[in-house]
Amino acid sequence: MTATVTTYCGHCGLTLAGGAHEACARRLELEPPRYCSDCGRRMVVQVTPDHWTARCIAHGAATVSTWTGG
Amino acid sequence: MTIQPPVLPARRDILASAREQVLERGEPLAEAQLLEVLQTPDDRLGELLALAHQVRMRWCGPEVEVEGIVSLKTGGCPEDCHFCGQSGQFSSPVRSVWLNIGELVEAARQTRSTGATEFCIVAAVRGPDERLMSQLREGVKAIREAVDIQVAASLGILTRQQAGELADLGVHRYNHNLETARSYFPQVVTTHSFQERWDTCLLVRESGMELCCGALVGMGETTRQRAELAAQLGELGPHEVPLNFLNPRPGTPFGDLPVMAARDALRTIAAFRLALPRTVLRYAGGRELTLGDLGTRDGLLGGINAVIVGNYLTTLGRDPKQDLALLADLQMPIKALNAAL
Repeated sequence: MTATVTTYCGHCGLTLAGGAHEACARRLELEPPRYCSDCGRRMVVQVTPDHWTARCIAHGAATVSTWTGG
Repeated sequence: MTIQPPVLPARRDILASAREQVLERGEPLAEAQLLEVLQTPDDRLGELLALAHQVRMRWCGPEVEVEGIVSLKTGGCPEDCHFCGQSGQFSSPVRSVWLNIGELVEAARQTRSTGATEFCIVAAVRGPDERLMSQLREGVKAIREAVDIQVAASLGILTRQQAGELADLGVHRYNHNLETARSYFPQVVTTHSFQERWDTCLLVRESGMELCCGALVGMGETTRQRAELAAQLGELGPHEVPLNFLNPRPGTPFGDLPVMAARDALRTIAAFRLALPRTVLRYAGGRELTLGDLGTRDGLLGGINAVIVGNYLTTLGRDPKQDLALLADLQMPIKALNAAL
């Protein structure tokens, strides 16, 4: 993903400006985002034992390591 | 004349009965006894967990089996398991995606790097079709050539032929959960029956694979149904029971259910150990949410003797280093690959 401005909640897909997302933020500690933070589209998400990859059709893919394997 | 009330025999304390029956003789508790265990008051929870731990140490030993899992085919499942974010029947945000063989092998390698001896390949399907079986054939072969780890699979309802083929491929263990008690199952799944699940479990064992058959608690079942489930698992006698706690998934019928109370989760762990004294009892999904760090430790000292490390199928787990450090702190060695084989 190229943009750095986060407009949409990765957990519920609603605009961040439109309400409180503290509960969503807590959920995102235990799950990957399902919605693109730039456009709010539902993403294709693949979880593997040590990382997750989320791909938005418009904004590309991000891969995040959740731990560093040995 | 005064009529004296009949003298009833004193009711035996359930934990004293369990100590004699399960700890000393290795005999599982019956359903009615399990219900009593699940009703243990909070002020005796520590005593219950200590007993379950003693049972685990006596009949299983101190070793802990470590496993990693990965979703080969995510989402788009035709079944309507009300707890599952991968069902295509609900408005869940999970989209369908497949892993390729290279990614699958890499996931096995990541898992092995933690010290895990088990790697389970999971697919969100009713049962495997030819495309999935083909992917499995190629994937299992590639993993066995590249990574020193035992391969398990979880692909839904099997035919006898498919069970035999998986065993021939070298899949040593197959997961197919009962999920919940027979009496509650119709409230959880309507697209297949409890009996279909039970039959697949029997096929797995007949094929020569080890049976991994688990449960998901916290779905609105009663305490009595939790006892029923533990007894039904005891009747089935799987090699391993993964114990999941509901992590309510957005968009599913169970998405708004509350997270199970940690004390109820711990009572459930202990009751399952007393129903299954010799079985591998594994922490599976939902423990981070339900139990947190402290509860995770309590469960390992309350009957659990196996863990899933790393991430789950669609949600994230703890850093395996945290789990491994905890096991070291508790002086619970990780089961070695040669011992597992």
